[in-house]
Amino acid sequence: MSEVLPALGQIACLVVLLVLLVPPLGRFLAHVYTSEKHLAVERVTYRVLRVDPDADQHWRTYALSVLGFSLVGVLFLYAFGRLQQLLPLSLGFPALPADGAWNTAVSFVTNTNWQWYSGEAALGHLMQMAGPTVQNFVSAGVGMAVAAAFARALSRTEQGGRIGNFFADLVRTVVRVLLPISLVSACVLIVFGAVQNFAGSRTMTTLTGGTQTLTGGPVASQESIKELGTNGGGFYNVNSAHPFENPTAFTNLFEIFLILLIPFAMAWAFGLIVKDRRQGIAVGGVMALLLGLSIGLVTWAEMAGVGTAPQLAGGAMEGKEVRFGEAASALFAAATTGTSTGAVNAMHDSMTAPGGGVVLVNMMLGEIAPGGVGSGLYGMLMIAVVTVFLSGLMVGRTPEYLGKKIGQREIVLVALYILTTPLLLLVGIAVAVSFDAGPAGVLNSGPHGFSEMLYAVTSASNNNGSAFGGLTSGTPFWNTLLGLEMLFGRFLPMVLVLALAGRFASAKRLPANAGTLPTHGPLFVTLLTGVALVVVGLTFVPVLMLGPVVESLS
Amino acid sequence: MNQSTVTEPEPSAPAKESSGVLTTAQLVEALPGALRKLDPRQLIATPVMLVVEAGAMLTTVLSVLDPSTLGWMVTVWLWLTVVFGALAESVAEGRGKAQAASLRALQTETTAHRRLPGGGVEEVASTSLHTGDVVVVAAGERIPGDGEVIEGVASVDESAVTGESAPVIRESGGDRSAVTGGTVVLSDQIAVRITSEPGQSFVDRMISLVEGSARQKTPNEIALNVLLGALTVIFVVVCVTLYPVARYADADQSVLVLVALLVCLIPTTIGALLSAIGIAGMDRLVRRNVLAMSGRAVEAAGDIDVLLLDKTGTITLGNRHATELLALDGVSDEELAEAALLSSLADETPEGRSVVELVGGRRPVPAGATLVEFSATTRMSGIDLDGREVRKGAASAVAAWAEQRDAQLDELVERVSSSGGTPLVVAEAAGGRRRLLGVIHLKDVVKPGMRERFDELRSMGIRTVMITGDNATTAHAIAAEAGVDDVLAEATPEDKLGLIRQEQQGGRLVAMCGDGTNDAPALAQADVGVAMNTGTVAAKEAGNMVDLDSDPTKLIDVVEIGKQLLITRGALTTFSVANDVAKYFAILPAMFVVAFPQLDVLNVMQLSSPGSAIVSAVVFNALIIVLLIPLALRGVKYTPSSASALLRRNLLIYGIGGLIAPFIGIKLIDLVVSLLPGL
Repeated sequence: MSEVLPALGQIACLVVLLVLLVPPLGRFLAHVYTSEKHLAVERVTYRVLRVDPDADQHWRTYALSVLGFSLVGVLFLYAFGRLQQLLPLSLGFPALPADGAWNTAVSFVTNTNWQWYSGEAALGHLMQMAGPTVQNFVSAGVGMAVAAAFARALSRTEQGGRIGNFFADLVRTVVRVLLPISLVSACVLIVFGAVQNFAGSRTMTTLTGGTQTLTGGPVASQESIKELGTNGGGFYNVNSAHPFENPTAFTNLFEIFLILLIPFAMAWAFGLIVKDRRQGIAVGGVMALLLGLSIGLVTWAEMAGVGTAPQLAGGAMEGKEVRFGEAASALFAAATTGTSTGAVNAMHDSMTAPGGGVVLVNMMLGEIAPGGVGSGLYGMLMIAVVTVFLSGLMVGRTPEYLGKKIGQREIVLVALYILTTPLLLLVGIAVAVSFDAGPAGVLNSGPHGFSEMLYAVTSASNNNGSAFGGLTSGTPFWNTLLGLEMLFGRFLPMVLVLALAGRFASAKRLPANAGTLPTHGPLFVTLLTGVALVVVGLTFVPVLMLGPVVESLS
Repeated sequence: MNQSTVTEPEPSAPAKESSGVLTTAQLVEALPGALRKLDPRQLIATPVMLVVEAGAMLTTVLSVLDPSTLGWMVTVWLWLTVVFGALAESVAEGRGKAQAASLRALQTETTAHRRLPGGGVEEVASTSLHTGDVVVVAAGERIPGDGEVIEGVASVDESAVTGESAPVIRESGGDRSAVTGGTVVLSDQIAVRITSEPGQSFVDRMISLVEGSARQKTPNEIALNVLLGALTVIFVVVCVTLYPVARYADADQSVLVLVALLVCLIPTTIGALLSAIGIAGMDRLVRRNVLAMSGRAVEAAGDIDVLLLDKTGTITLGNRHATELLALDGVSDEELAEAALLSSLADETPEGRSVVELVGGRRPVPAGATLVEFSATTRMSGIDLDGREVRKGAASAVAAWAEQRDAQLDELVERVSSSGGTPLVVAEAAGGRRRLLGVIHLKDVVKPGMRERFDELRSMGIRTVMITGDNATTAHAIAAEAGVDDVLAEATPEDKLGLIRQEQQGGRLVAMCGDGTNDAPALAQADVGVAMNTGTVAAKEAGNMVDLDSDPTKLIDVVEIGKQLLITRGALTTFSVANDVAKYFAILPAMFVVAFPQLDVLNVMQLSSPGSAIVSAVVFNALIIVLLIPLALRGVKYTPSSASALLRRNLLIYGIGGLIAPFIGIKLIDLVVSLLPGL
């Protein structure tokens, strides 16, 4: 019993923090994405970038801007990785191999932050700060910009496909939202013990007389944006399990809060942008419902220590930090996979079989509970459109969402969106098991080994970035495969979302009446949750069956 | 709802609608047509069924190469799945065939008398008539083609087209000039200008509509097909990738089993029934004597936000009825009643007859009386009898005739007007003295049951607007009595068009009905325009539906049929997808239990063996199509209510029902299938 109270207590603290801060941040976000004024620093940025922030872009232009901007990011990061040894503050690390540089470049630009290397043993300080850390801001900004453009499109009527300005959305997100919040939260982390310096590695003698190498660095600053932007790429290999990244139970909870803050606030902002707060609450409600479900399941699985080994050991503490224990690790795991963060404070490979299964399902949901910054919102809205289509028919009207008719062209885009990730994931895992190079990196045999590969492919195609561990993924095969998964898993859906935004922005917004299906309220929330679970369940049950399900039942 | 206290029959009662019962005879009859549909070139229109057929071909080959009970059972039932799907469509089409046959009989070639430009008449075959030809049709002859009466008046038997046995009057000019090819002139002779080319007549269109041959997929049907296609692609990928994945897990799966899994997962139920639902929806309209020129219009009907209804004949009974006599001071009620009766004896208008009914029955016109007919100039009618003259008519006309004004009369007239009625003033002249007697209150009578219907519409989110030529005061009084939401008073055809445009500007879909030529622009502008069959050619061309019964109230039925069509599609899709959960529980443990015995706990249905589990799921998947054909044809039950209530109800039945039903069905089939040797 003594463990249950703290477990519930930390969840209660988290809920209180979110309930207090999500609405004001949501209000602020809605203002950021609809205001017509620019800050001075933003004007300077636009001038340097030579863009017109007031140009109302057609969705195609918007999408090209997203792709172009991201391409530049990939090329820059790739070059950085290949030329690391020539740059200052490299700490003497060599250049990354070609496949590794490609994987890392894609990984950070796609907000995935899959790390095939150990951060502290492969990247120098400049690379960490100017490469991954910059992308931690802008890749998050790109996701939020796309979601904001989609929300804005829904609020417009007959705008001929114009959905706003990508550069304005991106720069505002970084300048007004991400930088200030991450600055404040980095300070909080420093106060509670995270390190922030430019020291290199230091070797010292431990209490037991052994020697240990400790690497310092600008940890706290990367840590805050890592969580806030649902990035997940840690300074250290063990990520948030490292005491320099995540020293105490409080910082642990604070980091979970940072992970969840913007995704939920985006849902709130969505309601305000479409001028119907109830819509945002409904979407956020579904996110909370799914997240609550997975937190409950993971916490139960870990605390009960399901499985033979944990039973014998008297608890599922393998791979977990003693500082945090089972409950705090479970909460972190659910939050990091429910969003596209992928930071970890425990080794997911060592989680109980059902616990590992739930975090897998979390990612397979397309990360909509509550999802990555921006991507969670548009992912959920796409499922909402499918839901509206099916249930709209059942009330006897041509389906519409927020007054926008869902016709043939719209459903084609949504169908392609729904297809993308399962296709990438299933084809990816099929490729991985079909070549010798795939299973070659697997640590365990049998269903668990399969779970390790499944986890890697799922994490990459959904842009999560967390690793199950156990899989040695730094091989050309895995680097290439996962790089492709991340790239298509990020940008194909984005383009489809923007195309749909263009359709919605061109369409009339029809008035609602008693015959219109309400897209708020408990009935719709339940329905949307059900559709999300059923669609994902039907797609992935067979592969889950051969991994976590078989493991859980053995 | 049909408390038919009125003498007029309630035309909207679905009298002709036979329910969706499915007889074995119907199935047998539809079988040849179904087998023809198995041609892959035809199946391409329903991708889901095409995948099933491809799967069936594959398992046939596999079973021939490596025969086994499981293989042949799966193969046979996969083929049956495809046949059942084709059967559903074939049955739906068959229901229209009988009607098409009787319509075809109308098209027997007849001889037409075509007028020659120089005068005179020549005999030509009806099939060689073209637009613009003028033909003369005499009593007893069949009208050779669709057209417009340009000379004469005749009574025409249109029962072959409308099913209405009473003959109708067709005359040149005005709103009753359109005639349909194949109908028979009963009396008199008319000249008709042909308005359709051979093969494109109204009856031709009707035939192709009821047969379903001219059916094009509607926008919503296409959208649903896209979604079903996407689901199919996902499941194809799931099953194809499962092959290497299962091999890695040392749980190798045969292609046969994977095909069985695939067919069970893809939405075959809705895929098979989708076009049957569409055909049956059109058929339901036809059974109510409404012809939709496109399926698009039927779908739009379900989306209607605003319904424009003409007052007269739709909301009110066509005629005004005398409801009350208001005598002036100094005139007894009996005196007024006597005068009103006398003045109305010769008045054969419905208003006149209603006065007679009100004051106590008909009696013969007294001998020696001179009748004064109503004329547009005098605006009065009456009778002259033994030096006594009685007149009734419009207030101003009668007052002028009586050469006096009366403040009390003015007040009565005003009172009647403001309550939505029409005042008729009665006066008499006897012994050289003319005096005003009182006022007859003529009232528009709202059809019984209208208020309830409008309440229903409101709960469905549809606003009704009453269109009338009456002045605003009268119009509002009737509107309040009937319970409509809005009124367009003193409406001209331009006002009507303007109102439709204005509503559409706000993003609302508008439905209306009309018959006159001056309704044509509005009918064309409306999203759903129902033309009355009695109307002009112009109106029928402009609308996208024609009501053969010429009953404006039918518009409400049309809306309901449109909604029912969409609901049926949604409900069966939900059912189809929900079924997959149970099928997974049947098949997946069966597939992997050999490699991983612990998966037996997921065999919640306790199916007897892996082979029998797979066969049972496939059999259920096929049988459910046949079981749901009646529902697809009949449409799911629809009661007008709010969107939330509808959703809750349909989710409960088709969503939750779809989750539970297959568990029971598969278990029952397994009990039988497990008796087969070799499974």
